[in-house]
Amino acid sequence: MTPQLIIFFVLAAIAVLGAASLIFQRHPIHSALSLIVVMVALAGLYLLMGADFVAAVQIIVYGGAIMVLFIFVIMLLNAGIEERTNASQMARFAGIPLTVALLGILAVAIFRSQIASQPAQLADTHKISLMLFREFVYPFELTSFLILVAILGALVLAQRES
Amino acid sequence: MVPTNYYLLLSAILFGLGVIAFVFKRNIITIFMSIELMLNAVNLAFVAFSQARGQTDGQVFVLFVIVVAAAEAAVGLGIVILTARNRQSLNVEKVDLLKL
Repeated sequence: MTPQLIIFFVLAAIAVLGAASLIFQRHPIHSALSLIVVMVALAGLYLLMGADFVAAVQIIVYGGAIMVLFIFVIMLLNAGIEERTNASQMARFAGIPLTVALLGILAVAIFRSQIASQPAQLADTHKISLMLFREFVYPFELTSFLILVAILGALVLAQRES
Repeated sequence: MVPTNYYLLLSAILFGLGVIAFVFKRNIITIFMSIELMLNAVNLAFVAFSQARGQTDGQVFVLFVIVVAAAEAAVGLGIVILTARNRQSLNVEKVDLLKL
């Protein structure tokens, strides 16, 4: 049991418990806080893998920007406790067994595959930036256009009709 | 070093929990959050593969996924606000215009 393995199991347990908490909490704001816990745990896992830049972006964009947006909307709409309905019987009887079956198949496939069990050292931020601005420069420029369209879409959707 | 398999299994578990949340939650905002959870699980798999193969592509793809998730959250929450304004409710059961 190396220290890295112990850190991995602690962070993985935090992430899974946070995700389970997202399901079991009935108030949206509690679900949002659980999701922030999951994201911070995932950022820790990225650090453990040596992906410093992705970990920083995860904290800043996911934990900082997207989740604040979610919490802002929850508070804006004054969302209360979720109503219980009986319409999800099919989800209960078909969804859970199918999800468990999917997880089982994935687990078998993952542990049968021949992935390197002694991973290489990850590239640093310098290499990421070179790749982002050379090989992936057109997709990168397209994402700026995507964000522009998203801003316009959000504006048009949220404005009051006069 | 932690074996890549462990990361992939954790990613699969998180994705499954996201699917369960997506199917079971009735609140439209929580459903959006479960989509974000699934995207996070996929990001973890991307970085794990990037580490396993010693290549940088996976991390670049993660950045693109995060950008798309941010754009999706902005537009999606605009739709949520509009739905809440029109239906006076956040329950997805109330949004049944296309239901037979």
